[in-house]
Amino acid sequence: MQAELAARSRKSGQSGRRRLGVAETAAGVLALLLLVSAVMPQVLAPGDPLAIDPLSAFQPPNFAHGFGTDESGRDIYTRVVHGTQYSLVIGAAATAIGLGLGIVLGTLAGMLGRVVDFTVNRLLEVLLAFPGLLLALLFIVIFGPGVVTATIAVGLSTAPGYARIIRAQLITVRSQAFVEAATVLGRTRWQILLRHILPNTLAPLFVLATLGIGQAIVWAATLSYLGLGAEPPTAEWGAMLSAGRTYITSAWWMSFFPGLSIVLTAVTATVLGRSIDRRMRHV
Amino acid sequence: MAEPVAPARVLPRLAARLAGAVFVLWMVATITFFAVRLIPGDPAQAVLGGPGSQASPEALAAVSAEYGFDQPVIVQYFAQLGRLATGDLGRSYALNMDVGPLVLSQLGGTLLLAVLALTLAWLLALALATWSTRGGKVAARVGSSLEIVAAALPHFWLATSLIVVFSIGLGVLPPISTGDVAGLVLPVLTLAVPLAGFLGQIMRESLLVALESPFVLSARARGESERGVRWVHALRHASLPAISLSGWAFGSLISGAVVVETIFARPGLGRTLLNAVTLRDVPVVIGVVMIVAVAYILMTLLTDAASRLVDPRLRLS
Amino acid sequence: MNGPVLLSDSAAALTVRNLRVGFGSAEPVVRGVSFAVAPGECLAIVGESGSGKSVTARSLLGLAGTNSKVTADRLELGGQSVLGLTDRAWRARRGKDVGLVLQDALVSLDPLRPIGREIADSLRLHTTLGAAGRARRVLELLDAVGLPEPESQVRKLSGQLSGGERQRALIAAAIALNPPLLIADEPTTALDVTVQAQILALLEQITGAGTAVLLISHDLAVVSRVAHRVAVMYEGQLVETGRTTEVLGSPQQEQTRRMVAAIPGDKPRGTRLSPSGKPDTPSTLSTSSVQSTSSVQSTVVLEAVGLSKSFRRPDGTRQLAVDGVSFALHRGSTLGIVGESGSGKTTTARLLLALLAPEHGEVRMFGEPWSAASEKTRRALRASVGAIYQDALGSFDPRWSVAEILTDALNLRHERGTPPTAKLLTSLLDEVGLTPTVLPRRPLELSGGQRQRVGIARALAGRPEILICDEPVSSLDVTVQAQVLDLLDDVQRERGLSLIFISHDLGVVQHVSDQIAVMRDGRIVEIGPAERVFAAPQHPYSAQLLAAVPHSRWREKPPFGEKEPIG
Repeated sequence: MQAELAARSRKSGQSGRRRLGVAETAAGVLALLLLVSAVMPQVLAPGDPLAIDPLSAFQPPNFAHGFGTDESGRDIYTRVVHGTQYSLVIGAAATAIGLGLGIVLGTLAGMLGRVVDFTVNRLLEVLLAFPGLLLALLFIVIFGPGVVTATIAVGLSTAPGYARIIRAQLITVRSQAFVEAATVLGRTRWQILLRHILPNTLAPLFVLATLGIGQAIVWAATLSYLGLGAEPPTAEWGAMLSAGRTYITSAWWMSFFPGLSIVLTAVTATVLGRSIDRRMRHV
Repeated sequence: MAEPVAPARVLPRLAARLAGAVFVLWMVATITFFAVRLIPGDPAQAVLGGPGSQASPEALAAVSAEYGFDQPVIVQYFAQLGRLATGDLGRSYALNMDVGPLVLSQLGGTLLLAVLALTLAWLLALALATWSTRGGKVAARVGSSLEIVAAALPHFWLATSLIVVFSIGLGVLPPISTGDVAGLVLPVLTLAVPLAGFLGQIMRESLLVALESPFVLSARARGESERGVRWVHALRHASLPAISLSGWAFGSLISGAVVVETIFARPGLGRTLLNAVTLRDVPVVIGVVMIVAVAYILMTLLTDAASRLVDPRLRLS
Repeated sequence: MNGPVLLSDSAAALTVRNLRVGFGSAEPVVRGVSFAVAPGECLAIVGESGSGKSVTARSLLGLAGTNSKVTADRLELGGQSVLGLTDRAWRARRGKDVGLVLQDALVSLDPLRPIGREIADSLRLHTTLGAAGRARRVLELLDAVGLPEPESQVRKLSGQLSGGERQRALIAAAIALNPPLLIADEPTTALDVTVQAQILALLEQITGAGTAVLLISHDLAVVSRVAHRVAVMYEGQLVETGRTTEVLGSPQQEQTRRMVAAIPGDKPRGTRLSPSGKPDTPSTLSTSSVQSTSSVQSTVVLEAVGLSKSFRRPDGTRQLAVDGVSFALHRGSTLGIVGESGSGKTTTARLLLALLAPEHGEVRMFGEPWSAASEKTRRALRASVGAIYQDALGSFDPRWSVAEILTDALNLRHERGTPPTAKLLTSLLDEVGLTPTVLPRRPLELSGGQRQRVGIARALAGRPEILICDEPVSSLDVTVQAQVLDLLDDVQRERGLSLIFISHDLGVVQHVSDQIAVMRDGRIVEIGPAERVFAAPQHPYSAQLLAAVPHSRWREKPPFGEKEPIG
């Protein structure tokens, strides 16, 4: 794989692209840290994220509590580390839902002839008229707040965007010369669909998914912050920020560090996604 | 300017767009109507304060009759469509007032916020994009890093951070957005900065493409200055994708308004919506959704017109 | 120095001595180039892609690029040194002392601005003319470059003009201030041959008016038509400079000889265009021509009968792309289809490949229905028809390696369960002149010539009897084009293939074809044996097309009679 990547970038004349940039390296390290925090939080933060210690409440960042403590004396650092898995799982699940629906809708529209395409397109137009979180909020009104509904809600509201991109990509791929060349060779429609069109449509989705996870994490945290997702004292970043809101004048660290984690996670996803995209585009 | 377009060709296009808009609104109304049927439990219960209210069967029956819950679903659906067509958005369960006037009274504040934020975001993005493509690796790197970080900032965290710095730390701006101008600064900044990050990324990329294109080389070969190259040629090209994204941007600003209005205790559609969602005040939720859909559709029509203004090629076909 | 410089430098519009251009720390791409152009003279720099000719042109305007390093012993515009000018000083000269015309005006004129504005730009930047004065001058310029009805054209966008009109507008913009030097970088590439002839005539006219013209081109034939002198560029150096007639008539250097030899056209059918291991065997051409003559009575392998196909225009009306096209392809022969853009050539190819269904008429293959058959029936026969495309790269799945592409094509021919052996793959590569080292690569990593060879190999994998080639060499450099044409010639002879060869390039078509069909506006205006069509075209359009072809002029007459270069 390494060698293949190297060969490709050499051939595409992007000599500077072969080396990892500072931003990419940093994003790689951060992604690793996030993964470790999500899978084995005990390694980085051995404490209990829910352990109360009223005597050491509201401590600003110090030697014992690097990120300070909250109103019940819980260690914010431990909570931030343990919160990673919530955010990552929610972000990944929401993206999977959105992308999954997007693939189904986009493929239907792109493959099944004009009538289906027209119908799906109108449906997407309608769904896009619920901009941003509106679809998610509507969903929460119906099924009530909570982590699971918030995740599904975020997934649902990202689906129309994905569907549009996938449909456009499918149509681009379908009209490409190599598809025609396969017909000339004597391939059947289904063979062409499975061997050429779908792989070439779905390969760029990896990038979309990476970029999308960052955004989904931000949205899910927003719902938690608004009290519609995970609820305190769960060690979820959005919920932690929500709890910190009350004490914003006195204990800024309660909001700052969970927020910083969200930002860093989203930035990491963006940098990685773009880096993969750049490498794939020169294949 | 290209050839003046005959009105005979404009009118059918306009009619088609309007028909499309009406269709989308109808579908939005339909989806929301049937979606709220999925809410478990008796809607009359919700009117009377939710499952815990222990309302009497008589009260429930009275409410059902008043709101038409005892009618068949299809009758209710057409009744609601009829009301919507006349601009009647129904009555709030929780606030005991009509949704239409309520939503309209909240619309202005949110629109002001969104329009100011969109303008500021455009200016920031434009400044960042032009500065970071001026040449030199440092500017390019700093520019693209700023854009990526800005785009990743969640509204709620940015808002709290701004309050901590400017209201609590420096004490120069109010943490609560009342009517005055100073109160608008932080909410608008909160909404504008992440959006500027998004728009800036797109503008910078298209600006780079435009600056590399042969027509810019031609212009340079005529003796055009760097500034001329940008203002006469490249920026126009670079703004096109950002313009067509502004419809989407407006939508994201509305959902951002939910957060910002809540944090800055600012009256507006967003806060109304959040309260309604928390209280499960279905008519208000539907009302806000409908009004946002209308605003969104108008906004896409506007961006469409703006694209045609900037790109004369669109006026030809 | 290569070739004599006939000029006294003081009289020259442009003097370049030992110009070197490099980018970053890499090897310089222009390595010590010297030449001069006199007023009223046209000097052409000719070279293949990557030879450094465009970089040379751009550095003469101070536009080689931000990270470029330009050095020279002398670099003078109109006798004044422009070495080390600041950007501000350069800007004062660009457009005024030197104009630039680029390839493809569709992208070289700002697509969002009316052409009148683009043309007026130089006037706005360098003169004190008011808006009215500029508008008047723009009309004069449009008139001068031969755009009809200038008043109605100034408001149009470049996208609303035809290719030729656009190129004229671009030239008008470059000569707005009558710069003493005009640099034209591939000004006629991508234009149809008749339009190309008009643009070349315009350049000739500009030269005649006393402007020094530096023409940059990959096309020796174009150059022969207008240039007084030619400088051949190869790997960043000028390998040969001299009068056009001399350089092209009796090239001295190896690279020049190869380029001249590679030009197809009126050389006898079967003449090899590229130097290679295989011997030059014009004598074997008899096999194909003998076959073709004898086969006229025998087998027709592919037949088009009254084919028509129309497309819907954006405004809803229908346009006939192909209109009543009929022809027959005989076994072992080549039918060349030639025409300008929009003549219906490519639609014809797609009809023949049954990628489109004709509205009227039908395609028959080996005497059986082809276009009228079901795709299921056709699929069994598809292996008998290979296709070669202009955009070879686009015709390969970008995710597949060469090995996968060819294995896939071989698989179709061989029954399932018996995968093609590595030996089969190697022999296929060998046939198209490639080594197995390309197998693990992806098409993007190959050169243009290699890609087209892979394309040919894929087409041959099914053991076809017919090859349909749609502009197979149009995007290749002339020496690479020569190799690919030779390769096609070889495989045709060895496998006894019948070819449909579609091209806009008459020289190429003349070189490969037994029969020629000339297409215009969807119709075949003339069809007949190649020698006859080229020697005595019957239809006025064929005659016009032939007259516009610039090739081999230098053998008949030097450009502009015996006009001596100044000096």
